[in-house]
Order: sequence, then C-alpha cells, then structure tokens
Amino acid sequence: MSRKKYSVAIRDVIAEEMRSDPSVFVMGEDIGALGGVFGCTRDLQKEFGKNRVRDTPIAEAGYVGTGIGAALTGMRPILDFMYLDFVYVAMDQLLNQAAKLRYMYGGRATLPLVVRGQQGIGRGNAGTHSQSVEAFFTHIPGFKVAMPSTASDAAGLLRTAIRDNNPVMFIEHKALYASSEEVPDDPNFAIPFGKAAVRRQGKDVTIIATSLMVGRALEAAEALSKEGIEAEVIDPRTLLPLDLDTMLKSIEKTGRAVVVHEAHKNNGVGAEIASQIMEAGFKFLDAPVVRLGAKACTLPFSLVLENAVVPGVDDIHEAAKQVCYK
Amino acid sequence: MDIAAYDPLNETPYQILDAQGKVILDHWEQSLSDSELIEAFKNMLFVRQFDTMAISYQRQGRMYTYPPNLGQEALSVASGSVLQKTDWMVPSVREMGAWYMKGVSLKELFLYYRGHEIAQRFEQANRIMPITVPIASQIPHAAGVGYGIKFHGEKAVVLTFIGDGGTSEGDFHEALNFAAVWKVPLITVIQNNHYAISLPVHKQTASKTLAAKSLSYGMPGIRVDGNDYIAMHEVLSGSIDYARQGNGPVLIEALTYRRGAHTTSDDPKKYRTQEEEQEWEPKDPVNRLRSFLVHKNIWNPDEEAELIEGYRKEIDTQFLEAEQYPPHSLDDVFAYMFSELPPELEAQKQEYQDYLNATAQEPQK
Ligand SMILES: Cc1ncc(C[n+]2csc(CCOP(=O)(O)OP(=O)(O)O)c2C)c(N)n1
Ligand SMILES: [Mg+2]
Repeated sequence: MSRKKYSVAIRDVIAEEMRSDPSVFVMGEDIGALGGVFGCTRDLQKEFGKNRVRDTPIAEAGYVGTGIGAALTGMRPILDFMYLDFVYVAMDQLLNQAAKLRYMYGGRATLPLVVRGQQGIGRGNAGTHSQSVEAFFTHIPGFKVAMPSTASDAAGLLRTAIRDNNPVMFIEHKALYASSEEVPDDPNFAIPFGKAAVRRQGKDVTIIATSLMVGRALEAAEALSKEGIEAEVIDPRTLLPLDLDTMLKSIEKTGRAVVVHEAHKNNGVGAEIASQIMEAGFKFLDAPVVRLGAKACTLPFSLVLENAVVPGVDDIHEAAKQVCYK
Repeated sequence: MDIAAYDPLNETPYQILDAQGKVILDHWEQSLSDSELIEAFKNMLFVRQFDTMAISYQRQGRMYTYPPNLGQEALSVASGSVLQKTDWMVPSVREMGAWYMKGVSLKELFLYYRGHEIAQRFEQANRIMPITVPIASQIPHAAGVGYGIKFHGEKAVVLTFIGDGGTSEGDFHEALNFAAVWKVPLITVIQNNHYAISLPVHKQTASKTLAAKSLSYGMPGIRVDGNDYIAMHEVLSGSIDYARQGNGPVLIEALTYRRGAHTTSDDPKKYRTQEEEQEWEPKDPVNRLRSFLVHKNIWNPDEEAELIEGYRKEIDTQFLEAEQYPPHSLDDVFAYMFSELPPELEAQKQEYQDYLNATAQEPQK
C-alpha cells in the first residue's frame, strides 16, 4: 500500500496499464508537456513519448471520433476530457457513434474506449465548468459509467475501465483530486464494476451517495449518530452497471432510503435509483424514498452559491431524519 | 501523377475525357490497360443495374428508404478499384460500387436496406466500417483509423467519403485538421453531387471549390471530374501513392451530379429544374466511358443487353436470398450492446421471451 492522492492514483494506473499493454494510449488537450490541467497525466509523455501521450488540437468531437477509429485498428484509447462539461460538443461521437457502433456492426467491432475527466463543483469554475454529466450516459445504452469517490476506488475502477472491451465513461471529481488514502501497489489491483461499497454500517436509514456526496453523507451520518440514528452509507461506485442488490439488502434492514447526488435532482440518476428500489423493494420501505440533488438552476460562479445549490451535509442530515419521521 | 502539384483553387476540374469520351489532354498516356478499363465499365454497368433494381424493390414495398447512386458510379467504382485488401474504407453512403468491390455482398446491402442491422457485419469484407448515418461523423473515425495504421507501422491507407453538404459539418473540419497535423494516410473523397437533399452546393459554401478547404489544413487538394472514370482513377491512384509513402492526407473533390432523388422518399422536382437535370445527362459517367471504349474499338455496345440480363438475374438472386434471410433474432437485439451480455439486459431479454411465449407466438429466431 502507498498513500496517494486521487489524481496520482489515476496517473499511476494509466502509466502501469501503458507499460503492460502497448495498445493503450492517451489523447486529449494539454496532457503532454503540461501533464494535464489537473496533473492526471503528469510525466507520462516523458516515459511513453508523444505518440502514446498525444496532445490533440482543441476538438472534442475530433478526439472522440479519432479514438473510435483508432480502437477499431486494435488500440485502447484513453480520452482525456479536461472538463467533462465539454462532452456536450462531442455528443454525436459519444452517444450516436461510440455507444452504438458495436450494435451497428452486428457485434463485429469491439470498442475499448475510456472517456475520463473531472466534473462538479469545488473551484468556482462557473456554469459551464462545474456540471455533473453522468445522467446522459446512463440514459443512452452503450456506455458503462464509473464514478469513484476515493483514491483507491479511482485506481481499482480505472484499471477495470481500461481493461474493459466497451466504452466506459469514467467520471472523476475535481474536488476529490487532492484527497488521499492508501492505495494497493499491486499492478493488477482492480475493482469490478457493479459492486457497491458499504462505507458505513447502520441499521436505521440507508443513504446512497455518489462521488463528492459520499464524504458529505458520511459526515451527516456522524451527526445523525449523535442523535441516535445509525445511517448505512452506500457508494454504488458504478452507475451502470448498478449494484441494486447491495442497496436492497441494506434497505431490507433499515426500511428507509435517501439518494443523494450532486447532479441536478430533476431527471437525475437518483430518480432511477429510487424507482428501482421501489420496483424491487417496496415491501421493505417504511417511508417514501427521498432524493437530493442540485437545484434546477445553472451552477453559480460564486463558491458560496455553488454550495448553496448542491446538497450539503445539513440537507442530507435533514432528509435522513425525514425518512425516519424524526 | 504528382498530386501535390495541383492547385486546389482551380475551378476547372482535372479531366481526361470530354463528354463524348474523347481524350482532351495533348500528351496523355493511358495508365490502365484495355482489359482494366473494360472491367471498370462492366462494374459501372453492374452498379447501375443494382441501383435501379434497388429502387424498384423499394417501390414494390420490399425495402425501406434507399439513396439512389445514379450518375455517381464512376467515382465509386474507381475508388473500389484502387483499394488493396489491407486498406481501410470508411463509407458515407452513396458509393455502393466501392462497397461492393471492397467485398460487401449484394445480399448484405439489400439486407441492410431491409432493416437488418446484422447486414453491416460484412462477413466477407474486411476493414470497412458501417454507415455512421449522422452526416460527417465518419470522418474523425477515418482519421483515427489512419492514426492506428501509422501507429502499427502498416503500409495501408484509409479512404473515406463525404458529400458536398457534409463539408459544412464541424466533424469534417476537426477530422481533416487532425489528419493533417498527425500526417496520417487518409484520402477523403468529397462527392460533390451538387445537392444536399434540396440545398444546392452554392448555398452550402461560399468557397469557389471544396478542394480549396485543403489549403487551410495544409494538405494537397484537387478538384477532379468525378464522372470521368479515367481522371478519377488517376487522381485516386496518385493520392493513394502520396499517402502510402507517408506524406500525409489528401483531399479530393469529385464533381458529379446526383441524377436521381436524394432518397426514395424525396421529390427533386420541388427544388430543381428539368433543364438542369437534362444538362447533366450527356455528362453521365457510364455513357462517357462507353464512348471512349467504342472509339478505341475495344467494346461492342451490342453485347450489353445480354450482359445486363445476366447481371439482373444475379442481382435478383441475391435479393431473394436477402428476402428469405431469417428475421432478426431476439438475441441479436441484445447481444451486441456490450462485449458480454449484462444481467439487466439478460433480464430484459427474458422478459421479452416470456412475453412471446405467453402470447403463443413462435419465438423469433
Ligand atoms: C448530422 C446530420 N444532420 C442532418 C442529417 C440529414 N441528412 C441526411 S442526408 C443529408 C444531406 C447530405 O448531403 P451531402 O453531404 O451532399 O450528401 P449526398 O446526400 O448528396 O450524397 C442530410 C441533411 C443527417 N443525416 N445527419
Ligand atoms: Mg451532395
């Protein structure tokens, strides 16, 4: 084990996978000499050269599209989106092309494509640089979607993503890059997709949280504990595939659930999770499932205001009490 | 030919045969053998039969919407003839001759237009991608294939197609820019058939030629008469040599005319005149090559009727095979979404199977 920052854990996995598989390469904007705006590709170009750590012209549809083409020739591209907000300019390539190519090809093509980048609040980057984009990719079939909330999960899930033969949307969080924890040194350390992590045990209420919200849910759980409510905190880690079983097992015990994400509440992934819980576990529920997510407004520039519109520790705390009728 | 020596701003296309099939160049040496030219002519005739019959199958309600190729056969057959087995082709849609010569069977083409996605598996053809459908999305793929070829150190090239309308899309620009910066072996053929559905090319761009766009990317570009098989073949061969030698990409603007409708669900009378259509009739690529061959005394047009009769039989046989092909299976609906079937999809497939069983329908196989 080595203590590593989330961003370094990502960098190291990319490097290890590039070392062990010559078909893995990275492309994106400012990833070479600069090492990425967030340092996730730092020094990779020194080791692997300009051919495998490719700085591209500023053209997101261009590098997703060329990534698709390169994948068809047997390569395994990792596409670095500086900000995941920029997926919107590449949506045709992502959702019409990458997501569908295997089907359109009658199963003949494999598309081992990793699209990775960071999203979310935390730096006052304003409305076009602070969004959460996961729901687009869980809605249109064809992508797997991972959302690590810790350094070690980032490492284990990214390795699985790179070795997967399908397009994977790998969603990091800008406010988590500096967080650190012990990460296994094993160059084959991988976390399978579709296995949620139970971050905290509890018998009274289940809080399902993703990415940055996992930490906030754990903080809320500590406060709840002081009030005699023991919350179980579950981090799905991948949204597609989604580990419903782990959530249901918890809800069977607690009878109550709160789903929280940073993305807008309206039509967010929380709605899907809440519905799946109700479809499969209505009999366990003692209260309606409550969803928390960002207000339906453009994310504000101001750091103070961005925190005001996304769920905070207090909001999660309140919601947990609400489903416990406290 | 030295492709880099041409001026992409030149509005007069590179041409060898005039409309009567006479050679217009003073010092021209025939680079193709007589038998190659005859072969090319037969291929063009074949594609034309295939195309006409596809339209009639569609009219009989035996196929979905189909995009006619009439008038554009020279450039697609020339493209098909210059590609080697190890070369890649990233299609647009209106270049059926090239598909066929790359190894895609007529049965598969018919299956596709009958709504069978399995058709695009292209069992006998290698290194050809399926149709992307959204305009221009294929060009970045082609540039990426070019990068892959270069990375693997292969001698192959990638040939891609786009329409005049497609050149207005961002993906066209992004991809050509990438291809030039990365110096990949990509040949992009713009089929300038003068229309994008109803929009004439002069409303698509204010550029004098589409080839001119090559200047801004820093690659050779050339405007060629796409209805002149021999000119088209020379330009394609020159471009492929250039790219194969590692010099980077080339942009070809092939002038042609979409003599038919945009698709079988379109009516061109609403947006163009009959006079205009008639103007293009004499420039037809099939007639032009035929005249050249007849002048040379190497082709007897009286033999065509019998040849065509044989082609039609062959085409109809392939169509009947497509028609009798088993329907899309339930497995095929789900199996190709991911490289392995995820449990959620397995469950949904089962749900559908149960429904089929419950309604006592024969499960589709
Ligand atoms: C992104 C996108 N926009 C619009 C369309 C609808 N559309 C289909 S074909 C076409 C015209 C294409 O014209 P051109 O590129 O000249 O090719 P041609 O049909 O003449 O071969 C349009 C607008 C589409 N398929 N994809
Ligand atoms: Mg056109």
